[in-house]
Amino acid sequence: MTTSSLTASGAKSRTAVMSFPLVLLICVVGSAALYFGLDLLGSAYMFLAAYTVLQFVALASAWNVLGGYAGYVNFGVAAFFATGVYTSVIIHKTVQWPLLATIAIAAAAAGLLGLGMGYLTLRLRGVFFSIATLALALVLNTIVVNWSFVGGSRGVYVMRPQSISFFSSYERYLFVVMLALAVGSVLVARAVERSWLGRGLAALKDDEMAAECAGVPSLRMKLIATTISGALLGAIGAPFPFFVTYVDPPTAFSLSIAVNAIAMPLIGGTSTWLGPVIGALLLGTFQQIATVTISSALNLLIVGVVLVVFITVAPNGIIGFVRDLREKRR
Amino acid sequence: MTFSLDLFSNAIVSGILLGGFYCAIAVGITIVFGMLDIVNIAHPAFIMTGGFIAYFFNTQLGIDPLAACAVAMIPAYYVGRLLYRFYHVAFERRGEESLQGLAFFFGLLFIIEVGLLLIFGVDYRFVEAPYIGPTIEIGFVSIPMRLLVPLIVGLGLVIGIIIFLSRTFIGKAILAVSQDPLALRLVGGSPVKVKEVAFGLSIATAILAGALLIIIQPIEPSFGRDFIGRVFCITVLGGMTSLPGTIVASMILGVSESLTSTFLGPSWSPAIAFSLLLIALALRPEGIFGR
Repeated sequence: MTTSSLTASGAKSRTAVMSFPLVLLICVVGSAALYFGLDLLGSAYMFLAAYTVLQFVALASAWNVLGGYAGYVNFGVAAFFATGVYTSVIIHKTVQWPLLATIAIAAAAAGLLGLGMGYLTLRLRGVFFSIATLALALVLNTIVVNWSFVGGSRGVYVMRPQSISFFSSYERYLFVVMLALAVGSVLVARAVERSWLGRGLAALKDDEMAAECAGVPSLRMKLIATTISGALLGAIGAPFPFFVTYVDPPTAFSLSIAVNAIAMPLIGGTSTWLGPVIGALLLGTFQQIATVTISSALNLLIVGVVLVVFITVAPNGIIGFVRDLREKRR
Repeated sequence: MTFSLDLFSNAIVSGILLGGFYCAIAVGITIVFGMLDIVNIAHPAFIMTGGFIAYFFNTQLGIDPLAACAVAMIPAYYVGRLLYRFYHVAFERRGEESLQGLAFFFGLLFIIEVGLLLIFGVDYRFVEAPYIGPTIEIGFVSIPMRLLVPLIVGLGLVIGIIIFLSRTFIGKAILAVSQDPLALRLVGGSPVKVKEVAFGLSIATAILAGALLIIIQPIEPSFGRDFIGRVFCITVLGGMTSLPGTIVASMILGVSESLTSTFLGPSWSPAIAFSLLLIALALRPEGIFGR
């Protein structure tokens, strides 16, 4: 207990050197470099591949707000993601508002879903929350399959707008939107980690009873974290229909999304905002290469095996592993 | 909505038959999760493994699916013991079962599912046995044999486990761990060894449940996910540690699903387990697993 909290505070003071303006600057410069770097390569495929990797960075960071900081495992990533996807489909089929407004509404819908789920199950032990989220994806899947307005089990085609200002193609526009969502998710995760909320969540992750006794309003904190995490996951789902242009329940509720969003933070390290980013960049890039070179089923099997090996050998992820090495060297 | 007594009584009967099968899939989770607090969300993947073991021996060697899985329960028991020993050393002993342990079983679920997919493909697989075709007609109620056999085997399995837990030494030790692991340690017992046996037993029941599943309907690897909500719903609804509770909850779920699929359409029935689970968790959380 004492040693782990000591190293955690030690790590915090070390990373605290990176102030917010500096992180923001790194994000902006990095994003611009990524965009123009991909632009130089000149292939549309690279933008699509980068979109997928960035989507994983965003999903992993969003999941980590609840899963990593509070230790409440949300298995229903696909449910929140699909809420965003289908909110976007509904708006597209009715009022056709611009994508940015759609993202905001999707975030609100998925946030409310998180709040409702949390309210029903977060008063119990974390296990019950996890089981409920696991089943939630199945129920939403059932509803969508039976709901012909959003395509039912046959799926639905989504037409991209013909032209978009400032960008030479819609793919590039989507890429920039996802880049912004990824950077946004990382910054939100970082802000949560450093706020009273993050400290409270860390306390209740260590020992919920003790935290409660020390005056941490644990239920309220968990509800806020679930809502933030859910809203981010929903927002990330909103551009997805325009990215794939055809959505059916198996794509929107894909198991690969749930597995990756959990595997990436655990592989990178769950206690800081940097862990999910590292995990997502490594695993996401690997999968982009593997899907092209090996079969996609085998590729998912590899993710599962890597996840199990990592949580067994390095339970605190890459970040924790590196930190342990540094501590030993001193 | 059309309502007829004929349709209604048939739905109730097939719900009870289905409930018998649900006993078999949930009993392992009641032992491992309800009593011993190990959140094995990979349980449905072992059920699917059982189904494919039955399929393999039935199509290759013509062995009866139930007989094949009854024999396979023995190696499955030892695999389960090994798996728990690994889980204990890697997660439980380090106190990391809440996040890492859960993720471990999630990864395992995933590995088994994709593994079965790579071996057997995405096609629906089925078995052949003399009791799969015929149906018994009593008045206007029809009882398909392929549902009656799982009911008998499922109930028999749970009753067998109730007797095992109350009569044998190791069975009583499992109940003791579920009530108070510290007290068991104080009288010189090892909770880890007891949990290991219980986990092995749970995996063995999953394999048998797999044979029942493939008797009821053709299966494909991703099928297992549909049962995650069901098994936990039954265990929670049944009162976590109670095996008679498991039987009652299985029947409630079976009948609700059967009524739903008769009167609303079969595509709605997967949502029932989750709704029951949420209602149970929201309305009676203390009553169901009271401290």
